[in-house]
Parts: sequence; structure tokens; C-alpha cells
Amino acid sequence: MELTFNEVTFIYSPGTPFEFKALEDLSMHVPSGSYTAVIGHTGSGKSTLIQHVNALLQPTEGSVQVGDFVMEAGKKNKNLRSLREKTGIVFQYPEHQLFEETVEKDIAFGPKNFGVEQKEIEERVTNALEAVQLTEDVREKSPFDLSGGQMRRVAIAGVLAMKPKVLVLDEPTAGLDPRGQKEMMEMFYTLHEREGLTTVLVTHSMEDALTYADDVVILNDGKKFMEGKPLEVFKRKEELKQVQLDVPEVLEFLEKVEKRTGISINYEKQPIAELAKELAFRLERRDDYE
Amino acid sequence: MNNSMIIGQYVPGNSLIHRLDPRTKILVIFFFVIVVFFANSVWSYGILTAFAVGTALATRVPLSFVAKGLKPVWFLIIFTFLLHLFVSRQGDILFTLLGFPFYEESLIQGGTLSLRFFLLILFTSLLTLTTSPIEITDAIEALLHPLKKLRFPVHELALMMSISLRFIPTLMQEAEKISKAQASRGVDFRTGSLKDRMSAIIPLLIPLFVSAFKRAEELAMAMEARGYQGGEGRTKIRALVFYRKDYFVFFFFLMIVAATIGTRM
Repeated sequence: MELTFNEVTFIYSPGTPFEFKALEDLSMHVPSGSYTAVIGHTGSGKSTLIQHVNALLQPTEGSVQVGDFVMEAGKKNKNLRSLREKTGIVFQYPEHQLFEETVEKDIAFGPKNFGVEQKEIEERVTNALEAVQLTEDVREKSPFDLSGGQMRRVAIAGVLAMKPKVLVLDEPTAGLDPRGQKEMMEMFYTLHEREGLTTVLVTHSMEDALTYADDVVILNDGKKFMEGKPLEVFKRKEELKQVQLDVPEVLEFLEKVEKRTGISINYEKQPIAELAKELAFRLERRDDYE
Repeated sequence: MNNSMIIGQYVPGNSLIHRLDPRTKILVIFFFVIVVFFANSVWSYGILTAFAVGTALATRVPLSFVAKGLKPVWFLIIFTFLLHLFVSRQGDILFTLLGFPFYEESLIQGGTLSLRFFLLILFTSLLTLTTSPIEITDAIEALLHPLKKLRFPVHELALMMSISLRFIPTLMQEAEKISKAQASRGVDFRTGSLKDRMSAIIPLLIPLFVSAFKRAEELAMAMEARGYQGGEGRTKIRALVFYRKDYFVFFFFLMIVAATIGTRM
């Protein structure tokens, strides 16, 4: 399913002293099956943006389109249920939403609400547990007896069990150790590919955006600041500096290498080891010439 | 968030009323509440109304916001008025409308009662509108201090109050966050039968309790780690001091009280 934001403005508590404009005149398009990273500082409007995807918030002005579903400012929405079934949102620290007695029941909670049949629910729980790389033996455990990382996986499984077409991830790796972060990002990417999901990733990590995303949208102060393919966007280093964002380390490094040695290596998402090999090879070759 | 839920939410500002010592505000309000019940003539009511409305204007909080805070009690005020109008029958018949007699005395009684009610709520809501919760608890602790001699745990009470006030917004945020997460998983909090809606609360309440307990434990630990051991010998970062403006307000209020009592019938 594709997502389209059409000149969306969102204002919190309008008409009070606490009025706050979180989004301003924002337009963006996320093609079906693509992986889009939304980057911005705290308070740039990322979280507000993603809550429009499943109509938790309604635009103050403008419209949001998700598949066939259109939300316009000032209009009541019907059929929220079917929209929410198709859009899974993994909020920040999703483990805070766990509440059931067993892991199985918690994962089944979403599908049950959407009226999926019992037999299919069981199947979905099994698949979801597998997708988040949890073993079957946690199934009957209380989610509150698990470790933090496991709890997060259970919560994510609860969202995946809804079989969403659009998956929205709000900083899913916050608070995990570096290895856990990498595992989790790999897991989401595998799912994205395998299920043909339309994925929107909200993140602080330039590295993740560069590694996984097809498109990048940079928000600043509720407005769209930049948009494009990751490599193009991250070339505009000076502009990014204006909004206190850094370029991914890899690109920064390659740029410095070029400045010092004159060797320019094109970054095409090669693993670090491969880059190192290429650099070593080219350095050797250069030395041979001299 | 439902803003009208809280009568008079704190609106930061820099007006004279905002800058007064919170103890001044609490004391004035306390005596105002008493004085309102002394008023019984047009003049005395006039003076008190002018004082209350004047104070409300002096806070420079938008009036629409003040009115919004009063929203939950408008019903009560109007209901009181109508009840008096239709139920009590005293004095002369003033006029008859659609065969229903309106009595002079009950009209006056209903009017004054609703006015009293309105004044009380308006004036007390100004406290919470212009004073942060922390200031209020500090003031209450200071005002209750004499009770310490009777072994009343004043400090502990104030601490409990400020901790719970401090965590109301946090809990509300948390509740909003969790309810959004559960709504995304298909929970419908708004429609359905009463029973459905009651059971929809469970996925909200359990995570909320879990995190509240966790947070309480962490807070207690953090306080102990920083050497907290009760109110004995503890100094304050915000010492409360009466300034000239506070004395001025006391004096002004005293004149209002005198004028009100003087114009009683």
C-alpha cells in the first residue's frame, strides 16, 4: 500500500495557550513496497507524522492517503478498523504495551480484535514468534518474566501478527545494545523483503538510513527539509549540518580518504570489510606506480 | 487530552498574580471563600464580583481559557438557579409565564446562590491557573508547618503531594501512549457496549500500573542514592518570602473584606 501526505499541517491543542504546530505543510509520497527512513531531531515532528498513518491523529489541514483510505481535515473517519489492521505501528519502547498473562495471548491480542479466526490466530502466533526469532518455549511464559530485549520482540510480534501491509517503526532499536540493534534492523529488513511490506522507519541513526532505506525524508521543525535517495541526501553535508545532522560515518570516512590520498571509492552499500580490501588494493596499486 | 477535565490548569505567565507568593494566594482565597458567605446585599456582591473578575483579568490568562476551566461546573451553577426558581416558593409573585408563577424571593435566592457558586469556583480556579503545582505544595507545607508540633507528618504529606502532582502529566502521557499503541492493535475505546468498553480498559490499565510501580521503585532508589532521609534538617531551594507586593495584596484584600462587611444589610 502506498502512503501520500498532502500538504498536511497538524496543530496540538489549537486555540489554547498550549497551541503547538507540530507539522507544517508537509507533503511526501511513500511508494508501495518501499523502505523509507524519516530522520529528524527530537521535536521535529517525526512521531506526529507517523500517527497520521493509521489515523490516531487527524490532519488539521490537508489530507493523508493510505491505500484507498483518505483522511481529510475536518472529516469524520469511518472504517478505522480496517485501516488499522493494515497498518502496524511499532511505537518507541513497544514493550510497555504488553499486558497479557502469556506471550501467546499478547501476540494474539491484535488479530483477535480484528476478528481473525482462532485457528488462524494460532498459526499467526507461531509465524510471528519465528519472525522475531523467539523460541517456542516462551509461548506460555508471562511476558513480564522475559528480558527487556525479549519483551520488545514479543511486542513486535504482536504487531506482526496483524499481518500489516504497512509497517511503521518508531526508533525500534532505542535502548538496545549495538549487537541487538543490528539484529533487530536486519530482522526488519528481512521481513520487509519477504512480506513485500511498505516500511517507514523513524530513526536517529544515519547509518541505518543509509544501509536499509530506499528513500530518506529529513524533517526539521515540522517541515520537510530534504528528501531523496540516501546517497544523494547524504552528499549535501553542509545543509545537513544546518539542522545539526551528521553524515554517516562510512561516507565521512571515504570523503576524508579522498581528500588525503586522492583515491575515490564509490559507496554502494558494500560491507566494511570489502571497502577496506578495496582501499588497501588501490593504495598498493598507487604505491606501485610511484 | 481532555483539557477541560482539570479545573484550572496551570498557565505559565508573568503577571502580578503569577509572581505573588503562593502562600499569599492561598490565604487570600481561603478568606475570600469565607467572606463570600457574608455577602448579602447588592453592594457587597458587587464588590466581591468586581474583585474576583478584576483579579481574573489581572492574571492575563486568556478569558476563553478561564471559561473553559469552568466548563464542568456551569451545569451545576445553572441547575442550582433553576432548582431555586421552580422549587422554592417565597415572596410575591413577580410575573407568570405560561401559567407558571415566578416568585420574587426565589428568583433572588437562586440568583445569589448561583453567583456565590460562580465566584467561589472562579476565584479558586485562579490559584491553579497562576500557580505551578510545586509552588502550591510548598505553600501548603509552609502553612501547615505549625501542625508539626502535633506530630502531624507535614513534610511527608507535602512530599506525597508533590510527587503525585509531578507524575500526573507523566502518567497521562504514558496512558496516551499506551492507548494509542493498543488502538493500533485494534482496541476500540470509544464505541461498543459498556461491557466492551470496560474490558477495553484492561490493556490500558495493566501496562500503566506496571510502569507506575517500576517508576516508583526507581524514584525511591534515586532519592535514597542522593541521600534523602526525610524532612529533618532539609533546606529548601525555593525559599518562600513575602515581598512588598504580597503585603500590598493583603492590605487591598483587607479593604475589600471591610467594604463587603460594611455594605451588608
